[in-house]
Amino acid sequence: MKLNNIYNIFSILVGNNSDVDYEKKPVIIQGITGSFGSKHANLMKSYGTNIAAGVTPGKGGSKFEDVPIYNTMKEAVEATGSVISGVFVPAPFFYKAAKEALDSGIKLLVAIPEHVPIIDSIKIFQYAEEKGARMIGPNTPGVIVPGIMKVGIMPAQPFTKGQTIVFSRSGTLMYEVSHHLSNSGLGQRLALGIGGDPINGTNLIDSFNLIQNRDDVDSVVVVGEIGGDAEEMLADHIIKTGFTKPVVAYIAGRAAPKEKRMGHAGAIVYGTYGSADSKITNYARADVPVAKSPREVPLLLKTKLRK
Amino acid sequence: MRLLEYQGKELFSQVGINIPESILAQNIDSAKMAAEKLGFPFVLKSQLTVGGRGKAGAIQKCKDYSELESKFDELVHKEVKGELPRGILLEKMVEIVKEIYLSVFLNRSKRCYSIIASSEGGVDIEQTENKVILNVSIDGITGEQSNEVAVKLDIPPELRTKFVDLLNSLFRVIIEKEAELAEINPLAIVSNGSFVALDAKVIIDDNALFRHTDLQKYLFLTDLEKQASDNGFSFVELDGDIAIIGNGAGLVMSTLDMVTDANGTAGSFLDFGGRATSETIYEALKVISRIPKIKAILVNLFGGIVRTDLVAQGILDAYKNNILKVPVYARISGAESERAKELLKGSDAKLFDTVEEAINAVVLKVTSNI
Repeated sequence: MKLNNIYNIFSILVGNNSDVDYEKKPVIIQGITGSFGSKHANLMKSYGTNIAAGVTPGKGGSKFEDVPIYNTMKEAVEATGSVISGVFVPAPFFYKAAKEALDSGIKLLVAIPEHVPIIDSIKIFQYAEEKGARMIGPNTPGVIVPGIMKVGIMPAQPFTKGQTIVFSRSGTLMYEVSHHLSNSGLGQRLALGIGGDPINGTNLIDSFNLIQNRDDVDSVVVVGEIGGDAEEMLADHIIKTGFTKPVVAYIAGRAAPKEKRMGHAGAIVYGTYGSADSKITNYARADVPVAKSPREVPLLLKTKLRK
Repeated sequence: MRLLEYQGKELFSQVGINIPESILAQNIDSAKMAAEKLGFPFVLKSQLTVGGRGKAGAIQKCKDYSELESKFDELVHKEVKGELPRGILLEKMVEIVKEIYLSVFLNRSKRCYSIIASSEGGVDIEQTENKVILNVSIDGITGEQSNEVAVKLDIPPELRTKFVDLLNSLFRVIIEKEAELAEINPLAIVSNGSFVALDAKVIIDDNALFRHTDLQKYLFLTDLEKQASDNGFSFVELDGDIAIIGNGAGLVMSTLDMVTDANGTAGSFLDFGGRATSETIYEALKVISRIPKIKAILVNLFGGIVRTDLVAQGILDAYKNNILKVPVYARISGAESERAKELLKGSDAKLFDTVEEAINAVVLKVTSNI
């Protein structure tokens, strides 16, 4: 099964009007009893996410708040029918947890941990493809459908309901840019963290494929950074597919030195590969303006929307 | 983690890739002993993690003891792109018949590893058109693929088997050592018909180091980097005088860009990650306080979960305990910001509502100080 053809991300996360669990799709949290997992399970719940189960080996049968905990993903999936999992385990345990999730029928894996070894990410990405599933991340803040639900660690405040899509390689910049969009009256239909690692289960091109031909989306903001060639490839993709909705970009790291890893594993420039200049030049070819600061994003987007 | 040449060659050697005879020397005495063992002539090679050694004159031929004395001393003190060598490698020369380029690297957009090969060795691979790129499975390079590369590189038929072995060995470095890049440039075919790696550029996946105890010895951090890393911070020292601290790599990079746009110069980059508490900011300020060139600190925190009053308390504590002697300009978006402002009143720390205002103030401060 090819990735692009499987579930539409909105029908996975939110569902269709006719579903009994419309806007209340069950989500499993792997690592729910850890301090990180439990804190965010609570925050997700209060945002409206249906946290249906948690998994922590050895703690099966107990409860977190009123959420039942299972020892294995298989049990949790059988009990809840969930196809979404938020993985909150530490990076060294990610591979095992993710593989177990995919083996149990999870179709959307939101991989939160930072510092996952690259080979583990590649293996899980390929395994997900084999299983007809999708991974978001790793090293992602997750995904939020403002006003409805979120699977991840993003704060609620920056996001408001609307028609713009935000894709971001950085967590805090996704919040910052969404905050400026919201303040300018540009709410978001979806904000999705690509992740700050060199390997992204859902990369920018995959992300664009997820939202093509949607009437409830009027524009896209892509928050990128130095390193790799994701922005360059996206520019080609936009040109090739004739993506017509307004797209505005931001790129962090213009002033960063070469060959230094700037916090994210993926944010490093070698020669011209991964440089901000290369990204800005390629975006220009695709008629995607690049904001100089997060604050400038809504201004550029409004100009584009008026055209 | 980018390995030094000799470290990369140690890994090559472990998987059966030929390297020239060589000895690492840290001082002139050990260099003389090494010279005695190797015999003149040989090449002196600065061990650096930055590229462009050859052009910078950090690789030099050496034919006798008097040259060794002068050139060794020259290289030890020669900075390349701001970096001093961590040792000098003395390496025997080989009789080169042909030089080629060969590497396996992490192909980010294809989400796999790829081979790059070129029949022109020693060149900047980005600049040359004459190259072949092949994506390979993590399960290994197929015989067909190895052959394809061998043919494109014009490897003589009698050397094909050796070449295929070499390519597989290089791939083992990627998989077994969890490298993002394993590059041999140049790879020499020498007069006796074997392949020899004349250089080694290997980048190890830092996130996989926890399961490679044999590679941990290569980890090289300055005292400051070590202190930052022990606290879980991402830290990069830069050339300017404004220290930038924030939560999230993207946000700190973005702040660095805006400071640069406002004609300020950043002296350090510090991302303390997801936890913004009084302790994390305190520890971050402790790291920064050890950099003498820093004249002011810019703090940019964003996140609904951040308690700004706790962050303010951490800053106050740093002043109280005399850790901090320079002013702090902060934009902290989050809960309890009124209380935070109240706390910082009368201190050398100022809170701003927007990052732009904080940047203007900090740049004005450091430029008016000169």
